[in-house]
Amino acid sequence: MSEIITKTAAELADLLAAGETTSVEVTQAHLDRIAAVDGDAASGVHAFLHVDAEGALAQAAESDARRAAGEARHLLDGVPIAVKDVLATQGLPTTCGSKILEGWVPPYDATVVGKIKAAGLPILGKTNMDEFAMGSSTEHSAYGPTRNPWDQTRIPGGSGGGSAAAVAAFEAPLALGTDTGGSIRQPGAVTGTVGVKPTYGGVSRYGLVALANSLDQVGPVTRTVLDSALLHELIGGHDPLDSTSVDTPVGGFVEAARKGAAGDLSGLRVGVIKELAGDGWQPGVMQRFAETVDLLKELGAEVTEVSCPTFVHAMATYYLILPAECSSNLAKFDAMRYGLRVVPEGDPSAEAVMKATRDAGFGDEVKRRIMIGTYALSSGYYDAYYGQAQKVRTLISRDFAAAFEDVDVLVSPTSPTTAFPLGDKLDDPLAMYLQDLATIPANLAGVPGISVPAGLADEDGLPVGFQVLAPALADDRLYRVGAAVEAALTSRWGGPILAKAPTLEGPR
Amino acid sequence: MSETLVPFDEVIAKYDPALGLEVHVELNTNTKMFCGCPALFGGEPNTHVCPTCLGLPGAMPVVNGKAVESAIRIGLALNCSIAEWCRFARKNYFYPDMPKNFQTSQYDEPIAFDGWLDVEVEGETYRIEIERAHMEEDTGKSTHVGGATGRIHGADYSLVDYNRAGIPLIEIVTRPILVPAEKAPAVARAYVGQLRDLILALGVSDARMDQGSIRADVNLSLAPKGETKLGTRSETKNVNSLRSVERAVRFEMSRHAGILDAGGSVLQETRHFHEDTGTTSSGREKSDAEDYRYFPEPDLVPVAPSREWVEELRGTLPENPTQRRARLQEEYGFSDLEMRDVWAAGALPLIEATVAEGTAPQSARKWWVAELLRRANDAGVELAEVGVTPKQVAEVQALVDAKTINDKLARQVFDGLIAGEGTAAEVIEKRGLALVSDDGPLLAAIDEALAAQPDIAEKIRGGNHAAAGAVIGAVMKATRGQADAARVRELILEKLA
Amino acid sequence: MSQLTRDEVAHLADLARIDLDDAELDHLAPQLNVILEAVASISGVAGDDVPPTSHPIPLTNVFREDVVRPSLSAEQALSGAPEVEEQRFRVPRILGDEQ
Repeated sequence: MSEIITKTAAELADLLAAGETTSVEVTQAHLDRIAAVDGDAASGVHAFLHVDAEGALAQAAESDARRAAGEARHLLDGVPIAVKDVLATQGLPTTCGSKILEGWVPPYDATVVGKIKAAGLPILGKTNMDEFAMGSSTEHSAYGPTRNPWDQTRIPGGSGGGSAAAVAAFEAPLALGTDTGGSIRQPGAVTGTVGVKPTYGGVSRYGLVALANSLDQVGPVTRTVLDSALLHELIGGHDPLDSTSVDTPVGGFVEAARKGAAGDLSGLRVGVIKELAGDGWQPGVMQRFAETVDLLKELGAEVTEVSCPTFVHAMATYYLILPAECSSNLAKFDAMRYGLRVVPEGDPSAEAVMKATRDAGFGDEVKRRIMIGTYALSSGYYDAYYGQAQKVRTLISRDFAAAFEDVDVLVSPTSPTTAFPLGDKLDDPLAMYLQDLATIPANLAGVPGISVPAGLADEDGLPVGFQVLAPALADDRLYRVGAAVEAALTSRWGGPILAKAPTLEGPR
Repeated sequence: MSETLVPFDEVIAKYDPALGLEVHVELNTNTKMFCGCPALFGGEPNTHVCPTCLGLPGAMPVVNGKAVESAIRIGLALNCSIAEWCRFARKNYFYPDMPKNFQTSQYDEPIAFDGWLDVEVEGETYRIEIERAHMEEDTGKSTHVGGATGRIHGADYSLVDYNRAGIPLIEIVTRPILVPAEKAPAVARAYVGQLRDLILALGVSDARMDQGSIRADVNLSLAPKGETKLGTRSETKNVNSLRSVERAVRFEMSRHAGILDAGGSVLQETRHFHEDTGTTSSGREKSDAEDYRYFPEPDLVPVAPSREWVEELRGTLPENPTQRRARLQEEYGFSDLEMRDVWAAGALPLIEATVAEGTAPQSARKWWVAELLRRANDAGVELAEVGVTPKQVAEVQALVDAKTINDKLARQVFDGLIAGEGTAAEVIEKRGLALVSDDGPLLAAIDEALAAQPDIAEKIRGGNHAAAGAVIGAVMKATRGQADAARVRELILEKLA
Repeated sequence: MSQLTRDEVAHLADLARIDLDDAELDHLAPQLNVILEAVASISGVAGDDVPPTSHPIPLTNVFREDVVRPSLSAEQALSGAPEVEEQRFRVPRILGDEQ
């Protein structure tokens, strides 16, 4: 394994700035790593659905030329990145992990993709995901699952298992993810990496193929808190093409991360969410969580227990709002303008072609959610289901508001369990949904959250995530607390958590 | 189709109608409702499209502020309340000309609601109550290929152009209109006509029914006289001229009555209007299966027009139609009867424009309401679309005033103008229509006519000046109408004095 | 809240334009009922006085200037189309009415 791929993005930026390496060298090293460990649907990490070696190297060469001319566009100019396959990339396939979009090449870039291109980050490729971001294991990808670099028989989390596994396996220093109910944070937790869901509206959604518009956010997937802060500052900010984009300046994340890493949290008020514990929470997860809370106290924080009583209804609320929105969003996949077209025998009508295509092109989880959403919106049921869910959503936001009266940040384990074996929950949707118990409330209320590694669970030696939640538009607090936890634990462990991960062989 | 149509007189004796009109107005903004593509009629197929209006995965809508402004102005002009807070909603249904398979519209929170428009028919004023005016987007356009008719039924496949998809629409919906049965067709027509004039005066749309920038859906139900419960309604879609609105109402009344008389029940369905026959035919049955699953559009934020903005827009409204009508009648010196005809013909804006070009109001009225209205009716088009502009009418009248032509020749000039033979002067030149201005040929023609009718000369000499008419007629005939009748009369009387 | 019958699931599939065969209906219907049973737990959680939330971060009046922006070229617009004819999207025959 080339040493350069173990560097963080911030370190690579320094090396590039100092002229000690080139973007082509860095990019090539990551492409080599992908070639060695990523494999395919049958074996290997399978973090990528599409690798653009040629494009990435061309962008790297351009970056090097800019640097040589003293015209670097950004601190991260030349640092390669992987992009979740749910973000539109002009000229690169965008499938959302679905057969229905196989081979679709968008004629436009998502705003965040435009920003990373403009800043000069070579795009290594598109990462694997649960179909249309529906799932917590990446097993619902139509192109085969991603495997957890810690144990390739286990799930890497989802829906953004590809992005998390890519950074965990050193196939990319940075990745973009999207988080609708935990799709950045939960994969971060189970792969020992860092993931941030920004405040709703903090990062443009233009070009993000919507799962649930009122819940989706694009965010950074990295190995360190500082790297997330750097990437978040790059992709964040107002976008006139996204009506829900918040028009307030974004920034201070890098500064907050550096300040947090210094280790002083005195004066910080931390609330432990009482409802996010109990039956179904793995003992090893709760143990690492409790230790991390103690660590916060050692760093000077005041810790109290906080009750958010409506959080127990968050999952039910989420699994009404999300299917409703997605049932409408996914209606556009109808075989008329792009994507798969399945033509049944005979002389079928447009309607028959739509039905056959959607049957063949969507997987079971997508069908389940479309059907639930169609039901929840249909006349006679709207008030009982979707209408009621919108109201409970208000109550969940009120729980957050009340809690943030008393504390600066809330904390919980990111996910109730560590990575489970592939196939374990595939036909038990409810068990799968429980994975997102702790991450969903933030999406419902639009508040930001981060997951940072908290160590390995005693019973299985797999990573545990620690979640920090902050009020809307106070994303800087995530970086301060996250970086403090990361610095203290890294020093306690004597190195980054990924140093404890097994050495990856190539595909067997 | 075995439909029994009841004669209109019998329908109105037995039934009371409830009318409802849904009018779609395509705005003339520069860009579409939710994206920056040009909102242009026509164009090379699929060239006015972007990720948003093409419904590409990932694209998002942003509301056109100008379209909201137009919607508010329409609402205010219709005496509506303007919502303090309202949202867009998705109307979910699958159709190939709808790129996202949902239409972004408004559902239970329209931008404007609870208004009215007074319309006049034969001297009576009817207040049409407006339930709502809401914002939405247009669909793409399908061309049906193959099959015998080129229509959707029987086609082999269709070709879709999305240039129109996303053009802003304002849908204006009335409350049930309960008017005397015999008036229903005329009231429906008058409402749509007056609404069109209002939209035109607001300058928010091209307001061309023939090009689909105003489209009317006509809802109609009948109930036996004295029955207060409304009957089952039919919805006749896309009725594209004022005349068709009137005919569609009339036809549906006769058709409904036929069903009810036979003890049947009217099917709740959409119907299509056929311009050629003036009839409607069955479309799609409205069933419970049609469930639009409306919910608030999560990609858009609420619209909350400030009261200051609303008042500012109120200040930009044109004079209201009733006031304007009274003012112009006074200015032009039209009698009530004349004004009624002008109004019924939809000629007021045209007369106003003609007068603005320097024509006397009575002359302008005469051309539009007498001559050109007849031609429009013959051609089955709106007066405004008869093929002559107010400016041309003013030119023709100026030539009459200058005695270059007379009224009779002017009619031939209009023929030439409608046939596209150029300007009025060019038509006169090409067709050789100028009056004979020299007295010489006229005197010769008078002599000839008098010689042919010696008894008439005697009568005139005896003081019966009315008898000169027969001589004038003969002279006009001899000069193929190209004589100034008044001059001929003068010459006759001089000669026989 | 009641259970979905197999017919109701078939009706939903029809509304959603998914051609589910019998085996799929048998497989999915019970799963949908398990999910519906779980989400039905929110019934009665919020009273009538609670306003619904449709947007987590409340914004209003986000408008665009009425200024034309570049469109896609027809080639780009049609680039993903399964079938193209005369610079239009070719689609199978359409059932039902003009809209």
